[in-house]
Amino acid sequence: MASGIVSYGVYIPRYRIRLNEIARVWGDGDDVAESLRVFEKSVPDLDEDAVTIAVEAARNAITRANIDPCRIGAVYAGSESHPYAVKPTGTIVGEAICTSSAFTAADFEFACKAGTAAMQACLGLVGSGFIDLGMAIGSDVSQGAPGDMLEYTAAAGGAAYIIGSRDLAAEIEGFFSFTTDTPDFWRREGMPYPEHGGRFTGEPAYFKHVTSAARGLMERLGTKADDYDYAVFHQPNGKFPVRVAAKLGFSKKQIEPGLVVPMIGNTYSGSCMIGLAATLDVAHPGDRIFVTSFGSGAGSDAFSISVKDKIEEIRCGAPSVRDYIGDAQYLDYAVYAKHKGKLRI
Amino acid sequence: MRSVSIIGVGCTKFGERWDVSLRDMVAEAGVMAIDDASATGEQIDALYVGNMSGGRFVEQEHIGALIADCAGLSRLHIPSTRVEAACASGGLALRQAVLAVASGYHDIVIAAGVEKMTDVSSGTAADALAAAADREWECFFGATFPALYAMMARLHMRRYGTTHDQMAQVAVKNHYNACLNPIAQYHMEITVNDVNKSPMVADPLHILDCSPISDGAAAVVLAPTDMARRFSDLPVKIAASAQGSDTLALHDRRDLTTLDATVHAARKAFAQANVEPRQIDVAEVHDCFTIAEILAIEDLGFVEKGQGGKAVEEGMTALSGRLPINTSGGLKACGHPVGATGIKQAYEIALQLRGKAGRRQVDEAEVGLTHNVGGSGGTAIVHILTR
Repeated sequence: MASGIVSYGVYIPRYRIRLNEIARVWGDGDDVAESLRVFEKSVPDLDEDAVTIAVEAARNAITRANIDPCRIGAVYAGSESHPYAVKPTGTIVGEAICTSSAFTAADFEFACKAGTAAMQACLGLVGSGFIDLGMAIGSDVSQGAPGDMLEYTAAAGGAAYIIGSRDLAAEIEGFFSFTTDTPDFWRREGMPYPEHGGRFTGEPAYFKHVTSAARGLMERLGTKADDYDYAVFHQPNGKFPVRVAAKLGFSKKQIEPGLVVPMIGNTYSGSCMIGLAATLDVAHPGDRIFVTSFGSGAGSDAFSISVKDKIEEIRCGAPSVRDYIGDAQYLDYAVYAKHKGKLRI
Repeated sequence: MRSVSIIGVGCTKFGERWDVSLRDMVAEAGVMAIDDASATGEQIDALYVGNMSGGRFVEQEHIGALIADCAGLSRLHIPSTRVEAACASGGLALRQAVLAVASGYHDIVIAAGVEKMTDVSSGTAADALAAAADREWECFFGATFPALYAMMARLHMRRYGTTHDQMAQVAVKNHYNACLNPIAQYHMEITVNDVNKSPMVADPLHILDCSPISDGAAAVVLAPTDMARRFSDLPVKIAASAQGSDTLALHDRRDLTTLDATVHAARKAFAQANVEPRQIDVAEVHDCFTIAEILAIEDLGFVEKGQGGKAVEEGMTALSGRLPINTSGGLKACGHPVGATGIKQAYEIALQLRGKAGRRQVDEAEVGLTHNVGGSGGTAIVHILTR
């Protein structure tokens, strides 16, 4: 039974800080933005967190395709910044979007790919017929220690996908995951900011896992880069997805619509899913999209997606990614620090 | 004392070797060296290994027994000793092995060096390296290694008119050489402008003035010279092995722009080998920072004090120059796994003297020198090698 995306929604906080402003404070020079190929990043409001972002994205997904929330049998919320260590994000989202109580929920954590792991779980439940619709969310208010390189890119945002097997806006033709125990980036219980292995996060982590998952899926499906109209890769900065696309044979044109990191930064669990949403915002029926997420620790999920006629019908039902990107208010570092809770009183 | 020769050499690729462990690397280099010597494990009488800080970098001490074990030699119960002199640990391991053979106590001895530095954060690595300085009188007051060498550089600039562009040319030259060396960490050429534009670490030293954090291992096999031809068609004679020491802290030195440990070790080495500095055809010197190479060629007697920067600028030390320095790429561009560096220097000079250095071969190289420094100059080891 064909399964896939019935609807999708995104949310990106309105506030932005320019990387040059962060570099000004830390004395790093203006070339940081250019070297990362990220120029501004989204910043949550004082009262926004991974839950509120998940709820906004989920509501947009419901609204876009006019879905009856009571059809949703699973809410899986992926994040690495769940506000509670014990108490699920998924239950809050479920109540907020007015599901019945007859749904299962759980929170996922797999660094930046928890949301695509949630999509796979929903595909399993939907494909096996256990539930009608499942909701998979990736949302984060990611953390970067003041002065750390992560601070330049750690942003806020999220996406929600409603997975089903009827009225598909896009069919998920197959997926392939590649997972190893690779300690490239981590945050221990109770610690406010993550630690990372510097350049170790590159070749042995991001590139190895993204290319392995992507090649694994293309081999399994017998496809090649040319068979796809668009491609989306996890976007920790503006360089890695461009480089990995070239490595896999994808052109800059194929990744351009989904490459949102230069404008909003790395939204972690939201990153790849917002990139996919930005691509669905412009894709046409018959287009094929290749998507590969990456989560530190480490793993990648690659998906092959075929866009269906239904996309035209639901496209304008909720704000697009570009709508959110275009609605920006800029903060200086002091106000940004207040928004991010970096000032301890 | 018996004359000693190198009968086999081996060296791993240097760099961020995330896929291998300390023991993998030392075994790889050791096997290469034993193979190169056409020897067998049973013929090895003793092992020496230079390693600065296995305890800090990979939480492993007792490296002597470890390397005998992972080389498959534990069943022979031969002596295996780890030696430490900070960044000169490798050079010191070579010297201990030379003394063991020269004294007649052992015949076939391996001198190895290894360091696995990238398993820890750069902050932890920097702190482990800082242990080579005077912790109480330098580090506790905020000094770091780049800062100590920056002070030497500033005084050298002020006193002798050395420019930062001249220092940058050391990095440019060594990156060029590294591009010709398959085991080097960096295979990218850089320009003076690249060095000048790279982030400042400790004024006037930019990041591209500094050697990197690296993983790697190297090994050489030694034998009495009169036995060497039984193993190798191209043995390399160790004509001199000398060691000097100085105050641990930089501020206690007679002169901040001279490493007296180097001066004294070099003097002894040239006397032992009965050669003059001008007779050296190729040298590997300790360029942990670009200024360090300039100080080294002065302190070794290759140029007058204060003329090192000018010599680099004029191309004297380039691959095509009168005295090619750091044909391997040096610590700067070949990489600096601290315990391995002193052995890698001997590996490089042995290749040069055998005529097996490939695209970086120095024509008719007959006499070579290695110079390995611990800390900011508390220890210096000089070896002179001949065909």
